[in-house]
Amino acid sequence: MATIQQQQQRRDRFRLALLLTPGLLWLLLFFALPLVIIFVYSFMTNDALGRVVYEPTLNNYITIFTQSLYVNAYLRSIWASVLTTVICLLIGYPLAVFIARSPQQWRMPLLMLILIPFWTNFLVRIYAWQIILANNGIINGLLEIIGVGRLTLLNTEGATLIGLIYGELPFMVLPLYAAIDRFDFTLMEAAADLGANKVQAFLRIMLPMTMPGIVAGSVLVFIPTLGQFVVSELLGGAKVDYLGNLIQRLFLRANPINWPLGSAMAVLMMLVLLVLIMMYFRVTSEEER
Amino acid sequence: MIKTAPATTASARIRGAFSEGRLTWSGLSLTVFSILVYLFLYVPIVILVIFSFTRDEFGVRWTGFTFDWYIRLFNNPRMMGAAWNTLVVATVSTIVSTIIGTMLAMAMERYRFRGRNAMEGLIYLPIVVPEIVMAVALLAFSAIIFDVIRMVTGEVLRRNLATVTIGHIAFSISFVVVVVRTSLKNFDRRLEEAAADLGADSWNIFWRITFPLILPGIIGGALLAFTLSLDDFIISLFLSGPGTSLLPVEVYNRVRRAITPEINAISTLMLLLSMALVALSQLLQRRR
Amino acid sequence: MSDSIAIELRDVVKRFGDVVAVDHVNLQIRDGEFFSMLGPSGCGKTSTLRMIAGFELPTAGSILIHGREMGITPPHMRPVNTVFQSYALFPHMTVAQNIAFGLEMRKTPKDEIARRVKEALELVRLSGLEERRPRQLSGGQQQRVALARALVNHPEVLLLDEPLGALDQKLRKEMQLELKSLQARVGITFVFVTHDQEEALTMSDRIAVMNKGKLLQVGTPTEIYERPNCRFVADFIGETNFIDGVVIGRDGNYTVLETPEGLRFRGLAVRPLSDGTQVTYSIRPEKVRLLAPNGELPPNGLAGTVMTVNYIGSDTRITVRINDRRTIDVWEQNTRSTLDRDEYWQPGEAAVIVCPPDNALVLSE
Repeated sequence: MATIQQQQQRRDRFRLALLLTPGLLWLLLFFALPLVIIFVYSFMTNDALGRVVYEPTLNNYITIFTQSLYVNAYLRSIWASVLTTVICLLIGYPLAVFIARSPQQWRMPLLMLILIPFWTNFLVRIYAWQIILANNGIINGLLEIIGVGRLTLLNTEGATLIGLIYGELPFMVLPLYAAIDRFDFTLMEAAADLGANKVQAFLRIMLPMTMPGIVAGSVLVFIPTLGQFVVSELLGGAKVDYLGNLIQRLFLRANPINWPLGSAMAVLMMLVLLVLIMMYFRVTSEEER
Repeated sequence: MIKTAPATTASARIRGAFSEGRLTWSGLSLTVFSILVYLFLYVPIVILVIFSFTRDEFGVRWTGFTFDWYIRLFNNPRMMGAAWNTLVVATVSTIVSTIIGTMLAMAMERYRFRGRNAMEGLIYLPIVVPEIVMAVALLAFSAIIFDVIRMVTGEVLRRNLATVTIGHIAFSISFVVVVVRTSLKNFDRRLEEAAADLGADSWNIFWRITFPLILPGIIGGALLAFTLSLDDFIISLFLSGPGTSLLPVEVYNRVRRAITPEINAISTLMLLLSMALVALSQLLQRRR
Repeated sequence: MSDSIAIELRDVVKRFGDVVAVDHVNLQIRDGEFFSMLGPSGCGKTSTLRMIAGFELPTAGSILIHGREMGITPPHMRPVNTVFQSYALFPHMTVAQNIAFGLEMRKTPKDEIARRVKEALELVRLSGLEERRPRQLSGGQQQRVALARALVNHPEVLLLDEPLGALDQKLRKEMQLELKSLQARVGITFVFVTHDQEEALTMSDRIAVMNKGKLLQVGTPTEIYERPNCRFVADFIGETNFIDGVVIGRDGNYTVLETPEGLRFRGLAVRPLSDGTQVTYSIRPEKVRLLAPNGELPPNGLAGTVMTVNYIGSDTRITVRINDRRTIDVWEQNTRSTLDRDEYWQPGEAAVIVCPPDNALVLSE
């Protein structure tokens, strides 16, 4: 009997290996290994021609922590990401409730209208705002007609924020909708029946029960926002540096380029992300209790 | 008892309408708010489409209707080349990541093995790692590989469509796994037992029962991979080489300089393609 | 029905981790018989069936089909077919494709497949639904497709895993009779797993009762009902009165036991029991007789008081108190049609219970 089972196990193990190997290799080689490389790079030195010199140093991290250019970029990116996430949540939650509470035949079309921007090129959607906010663009045209006169709308931090919210909103709404759609609204009636007012019922019943959607949506919005550089470049006019702008410049366009410093910034960004997400999970899981 | 019944249901219906948020102030304001959000989402897109037909050479004002920008676009070899590159990259990336992702999904869903949790982490990590980190990491990696190749063979390689494609596959795999695993989870494994009971060997079980039934999930994963690749900008920017530019990178380079209606036109076309893909994926879901 | 053995289980054990699902089961199922495996959920009946089908391999012991040791033969090489609890019809295939699947796997020629699929559909009275998809069928129709899909392969044995579980009560009764007559027509051995004792009694030639992985009793429906060999079987099949006591001796064919409060009962013992053995006396409610008291207690009689009377149409179910802590249930058939309340027992009435020893059992364990 033992040999029979061994035989079967061997066959199973062979099949498993066959299924796993290509994916495992690909992810190790083209995902995990590159991450290890920039981790190693972050402790290396850069020469005047922008070449990586294999001399271990902590200088990259020291630079980041001591020069205001870098410190500010981190703070600015974190702040913009938090703000974007919170505003997307405040807009997305009521919208998701609205879709989930719509008559059955309306729900799919309403959801489709969220899906289309979700699947549409991010760059294109951000670019659309350039047309709207341009100095001789549509809003300024309207402002002129009512006599307010032209305003500088494009190339401001406000424009960056609008672009970020606009770009990320669908990523917030979809997981929220999934959670709220599963929520049984008769529970709110039960809470009211037991004497809770609307705010209490929301805070004690609906919010905890839809928390998985809130967490998923927030993480989906926060992560890309932290590393973005397109929005601040196209709508913010690259007047101030966000994390992504600096990293992009250090890797592609600086003179000389500085990959070790860029790597250190990327590694620190991952670290920031990890810490913030863990803090967020802790807070929200307490809320759930 | 019977006489009072209609009255009770009527009042229940009114109460229901209130609680469903239509006749109340809160319901009304929610509706108005939601309409405004939908406008916020769609007005920019609509304006973009409209202004791809304007005569205004800055593409931000309406000065009359023209098809010129589309015609110019189709006569622009750089743009057309970039569009072709994008389609090639997306197609190859979709095929490879769908095959690898489906195999991974099968392994994760059907087997228990040591290191399974680590594997789970490795699969889901690309979804949560910021794309820019992945992009610079792949850039650094490709530079090292090219250095090694130069030292060994003396051949000087540059970033090209292959490097972009490899990057696209690396992040698409994870999304394919997520989608295919869902359909494997919903798959009733007793159907496989039934097939075995009726004399099917494991080859026939897979190709005649399992595969046709999870096919919608696989196609869904493939469509997602295709869209991700088409839409990807960050990895494409870092990994494409000179002369092998992809459409989003080309658009980005032009937009950084100035707004032109030609960009409005190409954006409109990309928008149409996205909509077609959404429609296709919804159609497939409905068929399921 | 011939005497050759279709399926034999020799000392079969199945463990899932620490759980023993099937515990040293020995069993022989005869050719052409309608054999049921009956027990509560988790008793090991389904595991046993799955081992015969080959979906699970025994931890120890062996399974033989028509004398051939099955060993690790995979399901698709075994001469048996299964009707699944959920039917497991292939949703992406039509009814005809579902039924043809097994024949295609066996590389049957096309024209023969067509002929046999047609026959199978006629057999289960589904002709005309060839091109439907499973989801377009009612539960009863899906059930028939599952049957046809299995039977079309002419299996040596057909395994049925609670196939009627998903049907409503009325359809279930219909299908029970239809399955039984179908089995008689095709002459294939049926092994039928169920937790419904009435279903097992109605359909089976023989029944195996299982509990906690152990095979407790194998016998005809009459044997199982009239001569259960242990307390569990008596309790699981039908309803019965249990009275615990100690064996104090014998009286002719009967074994006598005494309860702690000194009442004596006589009944048939399934196996010889020595004095002092802890036993359970079991008598079914329909076998107890209830008489009006006439001064003197008859043999095997006990005085009591009627407590509750429930009229349920075919029967009247009466609970009689015989002392402070004991009641006995009595079912009387309503053989006469009358509206006169006085014709029935009334709560509070004095009554005499008679337990005929030929209808009562003394069970050990």
